[in-house]
Amino acid sequence: MLKTADNLLSLVGNTPLVELRRLSPKPSVRLYAKLEGQNPTGSIKDRVAKAMIEAAEATGELEPGRRLLEPTSGNTGISLALVAKLKGYPLTCVMPENATEERIRVLRLYGADIVFSPAEEGSNGAVRMALELAARDPGLFMPFQYGNEANPRAHYDGTGAEIAEALDRVDVLVAGLGTGGTLMGTGERLRESFPDIVVAAAEPLPGDPVMGLRSLADGYVPPILDVAKLDRKVLVSNAESVAGLHALLDLEGVFGGVSAGAVVHVARKLADDLDDAVVVCVLADAGWKYLSADFWDARDIEQSMEKTVWW
Amino acid sequence: MTAVRIPPTLRGEVGGARQVEADGSTVRELLDDLAARYPALGAQLLENGGVAPFVNVYLGGEDVRTLDGLETPVEAGQTLILLPAMAGGSC
Repeated sequence: MLKTADNLLSLVGNTPLVELRRLSPKPSVRLYAKLEGQNPTGSIKDRVAKAMIEAAEATGELEPGRRLLEPTSGNTGISLALVAKLKGYPLTCVMPENATEERIRVLRLYGADIVFSPAEEGSNGAVRMALELAARDPGLFMPFQYGNEANPRAHYDGTGAEIAEALDRVDVLVAGLGTGGTLMGTGERLRESFPDIVVAAAEPLPGDPVMGLRSLADGYVPPILDVAKLDRKVLVSNAESVAGLHALLDLEGVFGGVSAGAVVHVARKLADDLDDAVVVCVLADAGWKYLSADFWDARDIEQSMEKTVWW
Repeated sequence: MTAVRIPPTLRGEVGGARQVEADGSTVRELLDDLAARYPALGAQLLENGGVAPFVNVYLGGEDVRTLDGLETPVEAGQTLILLPAMAGGSC
């Protein structure tokens, strides 16, 4: 164990894996959580941001001082803001205007510029706007986590390798589905060590207000996501995510974000059908960035949450 | 009959309804019946004999692409959910 780190970027990854004995529905199913909230900026996206920037530096595509542009509803932006600051790049984030206040504040504190995309278009709107901005200004460099192979590779080399090293057996991997990077990279690495593994995605059931696509032609499937490589893909409602989040906190003392709650919900659901298994949950972030949201005490969680995309 | 939830993007094709009903013992039969009732909807759901790329079809809360696809059997009381493919959020 290193006693000191030379800078914050060398502390990305190598997150703890903790057993969740109380959360497991039965003793014969061992449930583990990979606590990605313990990365330097508090989310799994530190791995992705660092990997994307270092890959672009290595190929020479990213010259010193060039401005970065990225569509993000929060975590990737914050991670990129740290990497950009330490490596000397200015950063513009495109994010839906209904992103939580904490995210906007943190980004601004790190020195990032923010361009807002329409709330009702959700993440698709941020992606669309960022692609337009990048097409207009060739001076911008867009890492573009949705299509950048360095994203899944960061999880193959990091998240997946760390889990494979820590455990002798993994039967189920559960992670949140966003860009698909965590599931693709971690899944591929774990499948090499545990060929029969079930790779399961927890997917947010979006509320009507954030499904403002005019037509299906505005739909979007991230280029790095290959659904054929997923064994399960389970929709999770906001209420189920929040229930999972409370269970994590109440039973294990783990303060997770919304997608962590969704992952726990899916893990418990799958565990119900298993007799003897090792299930690993990747918890992408902690709950701090969601404190301003009103779902903590709300009686009608669905109504209070459906106006925003949560992961 | 199986309840089919319609996303806002596609409600114009079903007279504005949030939910409609269709009949079938597999997802394929269900979608075929839905297409017969709402041809404008059907034209957008299927492409080259499969589910169109920007459409996600869920049965019992799970994407049929990770079940048995269009051949997934439909059990009584299950709900079919149609959603447009969206970029994930917190990314």
